[in-house]
Amino acid sequence: MVRFVLKRMLYMLITLFIITSFTFFLMKLLPGSPFNNEEKLTDAQKFILNEKYGLNDPVPVQYFNYMGNLLKGDMGVSFQYDNRPVSTMIAERIGPSAVLGIEATIFGTIIGLILGIVAALRHNTAADYVSSLFAVLGISIPSFVFAGLLQYYVGVKLDWLPVALWDGPKYHVLPALSLSVFVIATVARFMRTEMLEVLGQDYITTAKSKGLSKLVVIYKHSVRNALIPVVTILGPLAINLITGTLIIEKIFAVPGLGYQFVGSITLNDYPVIMATTIFYSVCFIVVILIVDILYGIIDPRIRVAGGKG
Amino acid sequence: MKKTKWSLLLAIVLVLSVFLSACSGKNDSDGKEKASGTTDGEGSKEKVLNLLETSEIPYLDNIMADDSVSLNVANNVYEGLYTLDDKDQPVPAGITGEPEEKDGGKTWVFKLRDDAVWSNGEKVTANDYVFAWRKAVAKETATQYSFIYQVAGILNADKILNPEDKMYNKTDQLGVKAIDDHTLEVKFSGDTSAKPYLKAVLSFPTFYPQNEKFVKEQGKEFALEADKALYNGPYTLTKWEHEKGWVMKKNEKYWDKKNVKVDTINTNVVKEEATRINLFETGKADRTSISAEYVDQYKDKKDIFSTVPESTVFFLRMNQKNKALANENIRHAIDMGWDKKQLTDVLLNNGSVPAFFLVPSKFVNGPDGADFREKNGDLNKGDAAKAKEYWEKGLKELGTKKVDLTLLNYDSDTAQKDAQFIKNQLEKNLPGLSLKIKPQPFKQKLKLEEKLDYDISYAGWGPDYPDPMTFVDMFITGGSHNEMNYSNKKYDELIKKASAETDLQKRWDMMQEAEKILIEEDAAISPMYQRGLAFITKSNIKNIHNHSFGGDYSYKNWDVQ
Repeated sequence: MVRFVLKRMLYMLITLFIITSFTFFLMKLLPGSPFNNEEKLTDAQKFILNEKYGLNDPVPVQYFNYMGNLLKGDMGVSFQYDNRPVSTMIAERIGPSAVLGIEATIFGTIIGLILGIVAALRHNTAADYVSSLFAVLGISIPSFVFAGLLQYYVGVKLDWLPVALWDGPKYHVLPALSLSVFVIATVARFMRTEMLEVLGQDYITTAKSKGLSKLVVIYKHSVRNALIPVVTILGPLAINLITGTLIIEKIFAVPGLGYQFVGSITLNDYPVIMATTIFYSVCFIVVILIVDILYGIIDPRIRVAGGKG
Repeated sequence: MKKTKWSLLLAIVLVLSVFLSACSGKNDSDGKEKASGTTDGEGSKEKVLNLLETSEIPYLDNIMADDSVSLNVANNVYEGLYTLDDKDQPVPAGITGEPEEKDGGKTWVFKLRDDAVWSNGEKVTANDYVFAWRKAVAKETATQYSFIYQVAGILNADKILNPEDKMYNKTDQLGVKAIDDHTLEVKFSGDTSAKPYLKAVLSFPTFYPQNEKFVKEQGKEFALEADKALYNGPYTLTKWEHEKGWVMKKNEKYWDKKNVKVDTINTNVVKEEATRINLFETGKADRTSISAEYVDQYKDKKDIFSTVPESTVFFLRMNQKNKALANENIRHAIDMGWDKKQLTDVLLNNGSVPAFFLVPSKFVNGPDGADFREKNGDLNKGDAAKAKEYWEKGLKELGTKKVDLTLLNYDSDTAQKDAQFIKNQLEKNLPGLSLKIKPQPFKQKLKLEEKLDYDISYAGWGPDYPDPMTFVDMFITGGSHNEMNYSNKKYDELIKKASAETDLQKRWDMMQEAEKILIEEDAAISPMYQRGLAFITKSNIKNIHNHSFGGDYSYKNWDVQ
């Protein structure tokens, strides 16, 4: 197990190196400078600005400078927010994004699992149809539509919860709810399919015929086995939510990272583009690793070589 | 069975609610919103404003400020020699009165206020100005607004900012000197009487002082957080949560605090327009700008709806490297061939006005007190029939029946609609014309314009300083903002002469003459509209005024009733 993890870590570093290098050179292909009043700058001014940020050097030199600083843990300062270290900017903004993502993932997974299990157990009944309908709607309607509706009806019309902003627990409810709809739908759909398949297996019939209680059969034999594929999608889903809540953050004015990333690309804020890309990549790679490890815990058949069989 | 399921659900909900409140990490009292307006507390009335911005503050350092949010904050928490009043006129702020002029107007000596202090209690001294001004032109600072020192004509600024000059980056050569703690001497490179806008330019945040000792102590951290800057303006920044918002409080040490009416100004960052409007509707925000699609909903509510003309003018650049566009008649036809009023009234619908000019209206008044537009009026105004006449004449001269052009455009939705409208109008009114629209990301669009790699381009220009010159000198031959291969000797001559003219009326007339040549004679550009902004504001907020350059607002003058 330890060897497996170490080997995976090595691969992770190589992956990161490739992603970083690619992004660096791709980014340099973007037209224009990182200065927001570019249309008004004279050539002399552009020269002075480029000099300050080391942009007059040839691109390969810039690349080695960047990678060198990166190894020392220095991700540079933002061009858009002068002198502000990029690492601080990410640290300041990741909090709200992460909290929102985690809330939506947990809430969405729990509700999704319940819906999926109920639908499978009540196969071809009204409960099944309602849950399936919800799943289809949740997947096909984008989250910002829910966000807009919730904001208008719950926030403005009913005045039950704050319309937007980020000032305490009650401000989390609407954005987390809007985000979780997709999770609920995805998880419910997966869980239902898997449960139905598992429920048809011989060992379920065996368990039932042994006279085990219904709850034991459902929990020990069906749910646990049906969970495996669900865990697979949960990893990427969670990452998407934690890092990619862009639109929801915008609608509910959450001071998160999502919008920062997009903004930095349109403004050519090179250090911020690089840092957020690296950050997202690390998140993604780590989650994939965790999912792989989780497999082994849930399903003994997929335990990695070297572990106890 | 049924019972277990319900209790399970209940348990989950309970666990979840604990989790939700646990990870919020923020205590509730902190987030308590105060109702806007006046609240009675402990006998004193606190006046609170709740405002919205669309972006975080990029720079709290007034010298680095180069965007509307930063400039607006700087305008309210710092103060320089001059500030703008409600009519955009410069009035003495950090000084006791107008300067003493020497050397035939080439040197100004300012007396600083004795009672102007920083928020740490130290006095604002002449050295704070010298330090800040030298910092602004240093290459290590590299602020995008360093050019404003050239606009003001501070002695040697142009040489210090020119990498090819011997004096490059020799900031101690800048024409500014502290005679004593409260006397500041400023030297200019030319006769200041040729620059009627000079005092207004000095009200720009790039000219505000900075406390040398404090700035050096803070080093790289300076102005990165609310407590890492010193304030000398009507307000101090007391709280700044990045990307979320900030709070300004009335500065108790400000020399003119008795005239500051509002005590607290809360600003939240909200990028989504629908959200801003919902916040306004639920009373969480006192004012927000609205775009065309919301204007109809609000424009009959006279007590809250208002429009403000901005000083930004949009126009179509016509690249004369293109053979068809090099023809004067074709350009006249294109400028006249579409209905500008319909664009502003139907599509934009936000207080924008049709433009038949380059220098906007309600921007600056001449020495005679009249608006620039009063004499020059609408230029090259015609109708579809007249346009067609020009068009056919142009086609004949070119010896062709068909002209294919491409319109380089911004990539926003509204710009797409505008361009589509112009395309339909022009293709209908000018037979034989085919106009293709090419939307590009902003940075790419700039690059194409710079390389003159376009036919027609949807462009805009906002003033850098309060003078028509900031508009009219754009199109001199070889000018870095010409970008359309336009050249007219008479025009160049007028601009050159006007720049040095000390008879202000003559100077004014020359600039008007130049604008006439540009649009009426040459139809070098097709002006589109002067942008307006529509706002909804709670009716108890009074004395709001939008400045036409520099920071947008002076909250000092606002009131809540």
